Amino acid sequence: MFSLLQEAATTAVETTEGVAVVVDETHAAGAHVPTPGVELVGHAEEAAGLPQLDIATFGNQIFWLVVTLVVLYLVLSRVALPRIAAVLSDRQGAVTGDLMAAEEFKHKAREAEAAYDKALADARHEAQAIVAQNRAEIQAQLDAAIAKADAEIAARTAESETRIREIRASAETDARQVARDVTAELVTAFGGRTDDAAVGAAVDGRMKGALQ
Amino acid sequence: MEGNIGELGQYIGVGLTAFGMGFAALGVGNVAGNFLSGALRNPSAAAGQTATLFIGMAFAEALGIFSFLVALLLMFAV
Amino acid sequence: MATEATGGGLEFHPMDQFVVSPLFGAGEVHWYTPTNVTLWLALTALASIALLVLGTRGRAIVPNRAQSMAEMAYGLVHKMIEDIAGKDGLQYFPYVLTLFMFVVFANLLGLIPMAFTVTSHIAVTGVLALAVFFGVTIIGFVKNGAHFLDLFWVRSAPLAVRPILAVIEVISYFVRPLSLSIRLAGNMIAGHAVIKVFAGFAAIAAVAPVAIIAVVGMYAFEVLVAFVQAYVFTILTCVYLKDALHPSH
Repeated sequence: MFSLLQEAATTAVETTEGVAVVVDETHAAGAHVPTPGVELVGHAEEAAGLPQLDIATFGNQIFWLVVTLVVLYLVLSRVALPRIAAVLSDRQGAVTGDLMAAEEFKHKAREAEAAYDKALADARHEAQAIVAQNRAEIQAQLDAAIAKADAEIAARTAESETRIREIRASAETDARQVARDVTAELVTAFGGRTDDAAVGAAVDGRMKGALQ
Repeated sequence: MEGNIGELGQYIGVGLTAFGMGFAALGVGNVAGNFLSGALRNPSAAAGQTATLFIGMAFAEALGIFSFLVALLLMFAV
Repeated sequence: MATEATGGGLEFHPMDQFVVSPLFGAGEVHWYTPTNVTLWLALTALASIALLVLGTRGRAIVPNRAQSMAEMAYGLVHKMIEDIAGKDGLQYFPYVLTLFMFVVFANLLGLIPMAFTVTSHIAVTGVLALAVFFGVTIIGFVKNGAHFLDLFWVRSAPLAVRPILAVIEVISYFVRPLSLSIRLAGNMIAGHAVIKVFAGFAAIAAVAPVAIIAVVGMYAFEVLVAFVQAYVFTILTCVYLKDALHPSH
């Protein structure tokens, strides 16, 4: 590619010798076109043509390539792949195991939560029972106290009533006596004769209605 | 420049094969661009199609590489 | 031709990095000669083994960085086969993982400056692709017998177009190893050559900053390409495996 430019430049500058130079160079270039078989010796130094198309080196490349591939295949399939597969399955196993353990722990946590809830409910229940029992006891004591107080009050009331009745009875008797005495005196003072029976009857008759 | 019209034609041919590589670039760009526009419409389906993308690009590029090979053959082996 | 242009401060040798040369001394490359291909193939294999075997030697439940990278690679390929080829594709998992690890490490190691990219050689990728092609074809015939040919006889199409489709299917089937190998090698050659060309421009002081920034950008892009090409190679292997295991459309 570049030799053409080079040649053109050469011809432009050296017009006198141009023809000979160009002919020489093209001749030399033509000799370098690879012709398999002729190129066997010394192609490395000259490197004319495309190295990829140098048939002479194909056998060498193919031989060493096959050796390399076989070695690589054997090492990979015998050593590397089983190992990586084992590591990957181990990891898979570990991950699965951990997930299962986590699931188990979750289950346990849920159970513990349920037990806690149950204990809480039991305690609440018990507390309510105790409260109810206490309330019943207090109620019973209260009832007993009230009953006792009622009884006492009733007794006091009865006693008071008795005394009031007695007082009233004595007061009535006293009043009747006073009234009878006063009536007798009055009758005597007016010049009558006192008839105790009649006076008593009259006083009783007047006092019935008044004292009741 | 005397008498070497064959070599001149050879190099002109090499230059012309470079167009083939340019057209292969168009093809590869077309593949990638269409993949991108499809992937932007439906990004969830794009991940599964990267293998197809690479196969398509490889096929498009292979033809450009063929023209490159023709250029090399013209330059060195003819 | 291009490699011979010298003078004016510009030296372009974009293809020199792909030259196969003997490790010890010079001379003819026989089929048994230890060459730079041999060295980088061995380094690729050692890197894969270091990641997948040494990285997982802890067998830890909680992985360290190397182990989780190894498990990521394992998981990526495992899921790929399972998703595309189905459960019965998993018996070919070791081989598909070997392919993936080999390609991804060959691509990445090739990005080390002064390194040799084994996947940039048609011979190497061709062997990989042909192994997939023949393996898949043999699996298809062993598992399905003559029914494997249903792959080419599209029963869902009208009868009239079926022969035409069959021709197209057969052609596309036989192009598979070609496209598989050339895609990988072509990507690697192109990326490395472009980096080399930009690096060559860095010899001119005026454009050196631009060239160096371009090299850095291309390098980052090539790291991405290294992964994507390994992924694509593996995923296409899985697609072909699916066709072999379940040939009916």
